[in-house]
Amino acid sequence: MLAAIGVDSTAELFAQVPEPLRLGRPLELPDGLSEAEVYERLAALAARNADAEEQVCFVGAGMYDHYVPAIVDAITQRSEFLTPYTPYQPEISQGGLQAMFEFQTAMSELTGLPVSNAGLYEGPSSLASAGYLAMGATGRRRFVVSRGVHPHSRETLATYSVGYGAEVEEVGLEGGLTDAAALAAAVDGETAAVFLQSPNFLGAVEDVEALGAAAREHGALLVVACDPMTLGILRPPGECGADIAVGEGQPLGNRLDFGGPSVGFFCATEALIRRMPGRIAGETDDVDGRRGFVLALQTREQHIRREKATNNICTAQALNALAAMIHLAWLGREGFRGLGELLARRTSYARARLAAVEGIDLLHEAPVVREFAVRLSGAPVDRVLDRCAERGIAAGYPLAREYPEHDDGLLVAITERRTRAQIDDLAEALGAAIAAERGDFVADTTSKSPHGVS
Amino acid sequence: MQRERAKTIFEKSKKGRRAAVMPDTEVPEAPLEELIPSKLLRSEPPRLPEVAEPEIIRHYNRLSRRNFDLDTGFYPLGSCTMKHNPRLNERVAALPGHARLHPAQDPRRSQGALELMWLLQASLGEICGLPHVSLQPSAGSHGELAGLLLTRAYHADRGETRHKVLAPDTSHGTNPASVTMAGYEVVKVATDERGGVEMEDLRAKVDDDVACLMLTNPNTLGVFDENIAEIAGLIHEAGGTLYYDGANLNAVMGHSRPGDMGFDIVHVNLHKSFSQPHGGGGPGAGPIAVSERIEPFLPRPQVVRREGDNGGGPTYDLDFERPRSIGRLRGFQGNFGVFVRSYAYILSLGADGLAEASETAVLNANYLKALLAEGRAAKHLPVAFDRHCMHEFVLSGRPMKRELGIATLDLAKRLLDFGFHPPTVYFPLLVEEALMVEPTETETKESLDAFAEAIESILAEAEEDPQKAKEAPYTTPVRRLDEVKATRRPVVRQPL
Repeated sequence: MLAAIGVDSTAELFAQVPEPLRLGRPLELPDGLSEAEVYERLAALAARNADAEEQVCFVGAGMYDHYVPAIVDAITQRSEFLTPYTPYQPEISQGGLQAMFEFQTAMSELTGLPVSNAGLYEGPSSLASAGYLAMGATGRRRFVVSRGVHPHSRETLATYSVGYGAEVEEVGLEGGLTDAAALAAAVDGETAAVFLQSPNFLGAVEDVEALGAAAREHGALLVVACDPMTLGILRPPGECGADIAVGEGQPLGNRLDFGGPSVGFFCATEALIRRMPGRIAGETDDVDGRRGFVLALQTREQHIRREKATNNICTAQALNALAAMIHLAWLGREGFRGLGELLARRTSYARARLAAVEGIDLLHEAPVVREFAVRLSGAPVDRVLDRCAERGIAAGYPLAREYPEHDDGLLVAITERRTRAQIDDLAEALGAAIAAERGDFVADTTSKSPHGVS
Repeated sequence: MQRERAKTIFEKSKKGRRAAVMPDTEVPEAPLEELIPSKLLRSEPPRLPEVAEPEIIRHYNRLSRRNFDLDTGFYPLGSCTMKHNPRLNERVAALPGHARLHPAQDPRRSQGALELMWLLQASLGEICGLPHVSLQPSAGSHGELAGLLLTRAYHADRGETRHKVLAPDTSHGTNPASVTMAGYEVVKVATDERGGVEMEDLRAKVDDDVACLMLTNPNTLGVFDENIAEIAGLIHEAGGTLYYDGANLNAVMGHSRPGDMGFDIVHVNLHKSFSQPHGGGGPGAGPIAVSERIEPFLPRPQVVRREGDNGGGPTYDLDFERPRSIGRLRGFQGNFGVFVRSYAYILSLGADGLAEASETAVLNANYLKALLAEGRAAKHLPVAFDRHCMHEFVLSGRPMKRELGIATLDLAKRLLDFGFHPPTVYFPLLVEEALMVEPTETETKESLDAFAEAIESILAEAEEDPQKAKEAPYTTPVRRLDEVKATRRPVVRQPL
């Protein structure tokens, strides 16, 4: 090979790198390992994590321990889906393109909006991309965001907004739901978009249609973040006046994976199709009249439009979108609704069961589907979580960091994997932990009342 | 590959068919309306397909046979680094300790995951020559946006507001798109006759309103910019930051480091250089490595290592207390499953293996370039910049178009019939009728020889009968598709 190139060594090929910029030493990294050694190394790291097989997982907060059917792995691990690049050559990428088209169809059905893209990175950055779209579509630079929107989404929107020069105003919650009067007061003629989430971060189902009136009145876009697993039973955002629906697609066919990779979805009205971010598969014909699929509307995209692109996204999450589609096909129309009903009923049971425990009160009484918030009185949340962890239960997500006003708050999530017996165990473990903490609390600080301060 | 008419899974739906069996509810089956007010409920469930599991498997197997993939054949897509995806990485990513770990699990109970992230950060920092790494960005373009927001924060912290970002005319499309999203204005810099940055043009455009220069090195022409030290000096003197688009890092691992070249911010495409499978368009990950002066602004949370006291081992944590941070770029900690695969790859190759991977990538590219500098390709498809390349090179189909009447697109489509994925076409924009070829280190000499032979055959055929290429492909599941129709009157979902 060197002879064909006309050099004596590969070093000559690297001569174009100026001498002072050559590393001139080996990287300070360990020597390579055999496959078996790498496996052992990684398995040892994995063993130091308390995963959902080791601890019964009631943690949600945007990502949920659903069962991923075996068929998802069987299909997504096929080389033909796992190893190609983005389908730039449609004639040899019909499988991937059609899968995108099917995913778009499914997400459009779920959200009740006519147009879906083929997926974005994940939930929060999809919401931030909706902000970018809204700015372009309205020519305005102000966002109004409910505090019911996932804190990661709000923070990501704020990060992106510094770049594109928008200002973000937050509207608080009342009784677990977006404060409608405050929202109406915050939206004005300069508002590019109003952001809601339903169910919101505290699990409460918002009346999106009623809240959205403020956006419509002032010509702002209504962006609704939603949990796809609830859309088998909840009224879809498209029927509630949303211009854009976004969300985290992890519950559909994607593992927890400590936070990713998953997929973000992005659906919108017809009017916004040419401003959409990300890939969109479209149907067309080949020269022989055979049905086929291509990347449609590429003139929106960075590789064609460069600085005038509607978004910078290139590599997204195609394989994760395929996983979502397979899971949805596996559930099917009735199964998907059935799963939503199951979640609502078990969550209702869990909520009542926990509320009956001494030291636990509901943080709000708004309707919920699959997650709810409680308050622990007289026992610090982190200590209670530690005690539950010792019993093999990850009891929930503490609200203190992101909702300092609810530093006694705990968010509890239910999936179809959480049985009635596990829910009963959770109630028992929480009750015992609270009782023990109250006891410890008295012993440690005798000046406080035995029932603590909530 | 399958050639029958495409039917979507929605069209295969038959009422009453199902795959999933729901678990028993186990709790009282209250009517839904008693739990949630009916005005918040939907009247009809979404029209998802009703199909049994055998149909689902057959459907997606059929679709899979309508895809070409890296495990089937040579995929020399320039700037995309289509290297082999080791299956070990899939196995370790699927371990329940990784795959079923909730991202909000308490750091004390996710030490293995945080340690893995910390080790990957340290490894990437060493490879890039920049000590501080955030794994949060989800892909290269997300890393670019992060880098520009970091630049903005860095200047704001110094009380400065700058408006311009310089990028060569050969840059990836994501660069200017990211610049706009970050609220800057892009200024194009010209390319010189050797394929590097045109220094005169750069000097004319650098001033104290320039926030950043974004560069790929080796660049998209596959050549190393020998003036990089001088370029870095110019930008730093003017107070700007230097951003390294790591799409082409596969050329220089263990040989040269962006940090040593003077770059302040680098993104790394874990789905290119570090073997994360591309998945037909993701997932990937685009970690960033930065210099000391940029560190305070890194996204939060940041994975940190705390040394143990009283002889205890180190512990790992998520640090949220970063007051000057640009904030979050996404939810939770990033595409962790991708980190597992890439860390397994780095462990497998080690220091020597990474350097050897780059060396072989460069060798393979130069060998293929040499093969294509002979025969008909030499005449019809000359290399755009005639010098040794790094890991990829660019050909121009301009003479081919003029002499044979076939365009680069036709050549690409005819390659499909020969069982190859074509190179990247019509990029970089600077080169007329461009073909950008990146063979990667995991291809054998035989596959490079076969590709060069295919090009020779297609050109020979075109000399006789150019129509053959113009109407290609013939053997694929569909033939040339009407992309104009798909854009003019978009049909983007199955009507039901």
